[in-house]
Amino acid sequence: MAETPLAIAVEQKESLFRRFVYQFLKHGMAVFWSMILLGIIVLVAGAPLFQRYSPTDQDLYNRFQPPSAEHWMGTDDLGRDMWSRTINGGRISLVVGLLAMSIAIGIGTLVGLLSGFFGGWVDAVLMRLTEIFQSVPRLFLLLVLTTFLRQLDLPWLRPGTFWPIAAVIGGLSWMGVARLVRGNTMELRDQEFVLAARMIGVGNLRILLRHILPNVASPIIVTATLGLAGAIITESGLSYLGFGVQLPTPTWGNMLSATQKYLTSAPWMAIFPGMMIFLVVIAINYLGDGLRDALDPYHVEKGEK
Amino acid sequence: MDDILNVQNLETRFKVKGGWNHAVNGVSFRVSEGETLGIVGESGCGKSVSVMSITRLIPIPPGQITAGTAMFGGRDLLKLSDQELSKVRGAEIGMVYQEPMTAFNPVLSIGRQLTEPLEVHQGLTRQQANARAEELLSLVGIPNPKERMRDYPHQFSGGMRQRAMIAMALVCSPKLLIADEPTTALDVTIQAQIVRLVKELRQQLGMSIIWITHDLSLIAGLAHRIVVMYAGYVIEEAPIKKLYANPSHPYTMGLLNSLPRLDESEHRRLESIDGLPPILHKKPSGCPFAPRCRFVVERCHREVPALLTVEEDHRAACWVNPHTRRER
Repeated sequence: MAETPLAIAVEQKESLFRRFVYQFLKHGMAVFWSMILLGIIVLVAGAPLFQRYSPTDQDLYNRFQPPSAEHWMGTDDLGRDMWSRTINGGRISLVVGLLAMSIAIGIGTLVGLLSGFFGGWVDAVLMRLTEIFQSVPRLFLLLVLTTFLRQLDLPWLRPGTFWPIAAVIGGLSWMGVARLVRGNTMELRDQEFVLAARMIGVGNLRILLRHILPNVASPIIVTATLGLAGAIITESGLSYLGFGVQLPTPTWGNMLSATQKYLTSAPWMAIFPGMMIFLVVIAINYLGDGLRDALDPYHVEKGEK
Repeated sequence: MDDILNVQNLETRFKVKGGWNHAVNGVSFRVSEGETLGIVGESGCGKSVSVMSITRLIPIPPGQITAGTAMFGGRDLLKLSDQELSKVRGAEIGMVYQEPMTAFNPVLSIGRQLTEPLEVHQGLTRQQANARAEELLSLVGIPNPKERMRDYPHQFSGGMRQRAMIAMALVCSPKLLIADEPTTALDVTIQAQIVRLVKELRQQLGMSIIWITHDLSLIAGLAHRIVVMYAGYVIEEAPIKKLYANPSHPYTMGLLNSLPRLDESEHRRLESIDGLPPILHKKPSGCPFAPRCRFVVERCHREVPALLTVEEDHRAACWVNPHTRRER
């Protein structure tokens, strides 16, 4: 019988968490980009502190100002301060990304666990459902659903809120997670420690939550970070097309949508929100990469690159 | 003495491609209070499947328990609801596995796994459960139990892990401990330690033990009674001394002759039993050991031998008395 990977990775006495931190810190790019990401998050979260103007105040005498000491990122077509809009726009983009990702991970993990653990008809039904979701053209459904949800006048779905778009993005991107978790669960289900737990008299629910879930946590965490990047891009794309969060509330996506006409005359209007999306997504990807190396014992050697 | 477990006529089979694999074919045995029963046989002879069937841990499907009873404390384990069975597992029956690495969850600390049965069955608080688990760890001879509780399975050596496994099986003070080849994965020196430990624990705690092994020399100093299995049948059952002194089934004789003995005056070649145990896709019409048997007579191919009494508490399933070579 092969030793489990964890035993190969660590011989000395050290906690799993400390080993994880150590492995992560060895991944230079991940650490570097995590700092960038952290910086952006601080800026975005503290936007009211860092903004120099209100993000929605118009100043029509100062339209299309290039970046200057007064307007660090210039002004847009209505004279609004781009710096204030950019850091405020990030709030929506990041929160929508986080929410959508949490929803996707939640649904995906639940479906994957049930499917992999119980097998049989439960598995068959849930996997066919997953395939149905996977075969639907996603962008099209996103557009239809966001428009549709905006028309319903439900109290928690008021225009300008980001719930509907997060729900829709999350509800349409859980399939990969479900398959991943299912595969891992099927493998774990037949491990002897599950049998041992059952022999102790542990019920199915507890076995799932306490014995299987922690073992699939690392792939879930990694997919979550990568899914976060995906969700941010999807949100930006939707907002760019005008189906996302509506103006005047700024998001990185809808800030971009106004810029097409001015790409040559006022390129800063596109560059700054675009750059933010780029930086956040690449930072999250490196973070995910670092997490995977740190959490997955098989990657220990490669983690030094 | 009262029987703590009485298994009668247990039959288990597994669905395989194009039919059934008959793994356990009418096995009966009993364990009395405080007794240690050894179940001995080659790999694949149905030892593990028998005890796994009793606790209903075999995968169903493809497995299927088709007949039998397993009376434990006045209840038939095979007829209990899943919920009732969960209350027996871990609380009244503890189990130790062959491979202590895989039997522990790699991402949970030893302490959390040790306290789990207590939480599930006795509803103790975290503190009480921790105290009890520490007590058990020190009982099975793990130094610094308080600190080791926080360790993860991979930080334990193989022998330590098996000790912790035993502690986990005993944490709820079960009446019956089932050990499924608990020393097979360990070094010989560690094997001896584990056997000694179990003997001590048996004396202190007074539980009954079913010890499954293929190692007749290991079980010699441990068990009170032995059940020898072959191809899903019990082929011989006897108190330990009688079995070693007077093996009455050709298979048992073969097993014993394949062991080196300390008291032999001259060197001899260790004997082996030719062939492999059969996989039964249908129930045999004759003795399953007949193809490998040196004493085979015509009747062996015709009729499955019943367990015949050799002496009062010694029974063997063979139509021939291998000592006299006469039919019984």
